[in-house]
Amino acid sequence: MSAREEILDRVRSALADVPESEAPDDVAVPRDYRRDSPLGPDQLADLFVQVVEEYGATVRRVGPDGVTAALHDICAEHGVRSLVTPPGFPEQWVTGAGIVALRDGPPMSARTLDRADGVVTTAAVGIAETGTIVLVSGAGMGRRALTLVPDLHVCVVRSDQVVGTVPEAMDALARHRRAPITLVSGGSATSDIELERVEGVHGPRTLEVILLDIDEPV
Amino acid sequence: MAHAAALAGGGRLVTRPTGPVRWAGAEPFPVAAAQQLEKQEQRDTLRRVTHHIRDKRAAVVSERDDWEELRRAGEQIKTRVLRHLDTYLEQAEKALTEAGVTVHWARDAEQANYIVHRLVAETGSEEVVKVKSMVTAEIGLNEYLAERGITPVETDLAELIVQMADDRPSHIVVPAIHRNRREIRDVLAEHMPGVDADLPDDPAALAAAARQHLRERFLRSRVAVSGANFVVAETGTLCIVESEGNGRMCLTLPERLISVVGIEKVVPTFADLEVFLQLLPRSSTGERMNPYTSLWTGATRGDGPQDLHVVFLDNGRTQALADPVGRQALRCIRCSACLNVCPVYERTGGHAYGSVYPGPIGAILTPQLRGMGDKVDRSLPFASTLCGACYEVCPVRIDIPRVLTHLRAQAVDHERRRFSRVGERAAFRLATAGLGNDLLYNAGLRLGLPLAHAVAGEDGFTGLPLAGARWTDSRDVVRPPRQSFRAWWKQQQDGGET
Repeated sequence: MSAREEILDRVRSALADVPESEAPDDVAVPRDYRRDSPLGPDQLADLFVQVVEEYGATVRRVGPDGVTAALHDICAEHGVRSLVTPPGFPEQWVTGAGIVALRDGPPMSARTLDRADGVVTTAAVGIAETGTIVLVSGAGMGRRALTLVPDLHVCVVRSDQVVGTVPEAMDALARHRRAPITLVSGGSATSDIELERVEGVHGPRTLEVILLDIDEPV
Repeated sequence: MAHAAALAGGGRLVTRPTGPVRWAGAEPFPVAAAQQLEKQEQRDTLRRVTHHIRDKRAAVVSERDDWEELRRAGEQIKTRVLRHLDTYLEQAEKALTEAGVTVHWARDAEQANYIVHRLVAETGSEEVVKVKSMVTAEIGLNEYLAERGITPVETDLAELIVQMADDRPSHIVVPAIHRNRREIRDVLAEHMPGVDADLPDDPAALAAAARQHLRERFLRSRVAVSGANFVVAETGTLCIVESEGNGRMCLTLPERLISVVGIEKVVPTFADLEVFLQLLPRSSTGERMNPYTSLWTGATRGDGPQDLHVVFLDNGRTQALADPVGRQALRCIRCSACLNVCPVYERTGGHAYGSVYPGPIGAILTPQLRGMGDKVDRSLPFASTLCGACYEVCPVRIDIPRVLTHLRAQAVDHERRRFSRVGERAAFRLATAGLGNDLLYNAGLRLGLPLAHAVAGEDGFTGLPLAGARWTDSRDVVRPPRQSFRAWWKQQQDGGET
């Protein structure tokens, strides 16, 4: 008998006490935990900023014309002259700030990425209660290595992408679920030494978030 | 290595149902605990750190007014999976295969190691980068690969510290929890090539040293081994929850990725992750969310490894599943909250349990995965005060005290006919007779208490002989009163009437 058959057989005989007639859905799962946030869009954006900053990341809130200036400031602050940009990222934001855009196409090697100053991407979803940015492999966010190997990650999140709760985020991600998904909550960190959270291990040591308020009155 | 397994003809594996799980040379818990309690510095570190993480967990859990609802949802999702595990495993296999993942099945540690080694050897690589995983520790994969000329590189900071120090992990999430920053500094300074001799002992500097040390290994890696926190049956999605980004490196940069997954790790739907992604980080490191969570469903062209393998592992899990009381241990999502609150773990640390799974969850998981065949495994269900703190914090509501007492009964049954238990059996027979008959009971009290009171003296019993010593070696027995409460009460009542 193959290992597969043997294991499935063992499972079936181990479950001899489960009635034949019982279907998986007969085991009730109560889902009365909170799915939605009571907060309105402005409060969600505020909460998102607050929780992301509690992880030690920096958040800049800007209007529709402010991304370029924010990118300029971030790069000046970190002494960065070029940023890797994934396919589908609005490059004029980068070039408009006087920064060299290094397009990841054809894909750069991991070693090239390791020498890059930083990377800038968009995001798919923001989660206010947990201060999480969700990246989905694809346009604007690129492949996973882009937001991992360089030491600086600048992420542009639109305020209308910010949801309140984890269940709301999973709902929004359902249509992307075949693509690689990464949930980022603050910069790379470890709690391995005396359970003290220390920022900056293998992922980007600096996470800079630009929150783009799309409903800001002009 | 002490594998109860051998390669038979034609490469087929003939094996025993359980693999290592436990460290070689483990002593029964009371013996090992006594040795660990001698380590004063370790006790100081453990007390400080477990209290710190307890407080952090309590703070982020109290933010959630629906925590109890989340726990119940988590419990029931896992219960649903376990009661229909064959269905969900077949569904997961189908979804994984359709997503382009090669699925392997391993009855036990030896078979899983054999499969992983073959998959690594095929790549020609002599080095494999590893995401921290309990299951590969359980099967002794590192030792197996090393014996065959392949270097396993642990990339989690604490796991790396333990590996460099040739130490054993003592905690599920933070394997080097028993070492303080000064000790960790010394390990890195001694074993990390090219590290600054003046390396300071602040955690940020130590983390930076690890980053530098591992970066080149990530960049050149061709093959990685991981576990998985969750596998979604519906979609074939794998999920890994981590902090440092070492996991992402291993999941993204190599060409081949091998994930060893216990068969109990399946969850039914993608949406079910919303429950566990809330329960796990708050219970584990006391954070609202851990820094990085990776989800991937098969290979994606131009992004990450194109050659994906999953090894489903039994290794005693079906044995645990067969016990309707004990099977709830398989709900465990390896958060460590039960270790962090346990008064026993806080004092002894993880090494005393002699298993890759320490603490309260280890005390019920290890004997179930391995069976009750030897005295070390039988000692584990007794490594508890039954205070119930573990049950209170468990995010999937595993009733650990209930399973502990259930396993204690099994341990006693196992030794029932042993000569060494003759005295204990006689004592319990006597107790049964005395406690079951009120005449005997009252007579015993009337005669026994004054005698015990007189013999004990002011300090009570402090050094009983023979079997009594096993109690008085670590605790005093207070001096018994001259008479029972009931006798005293009766006397008062009678006195009051006159």
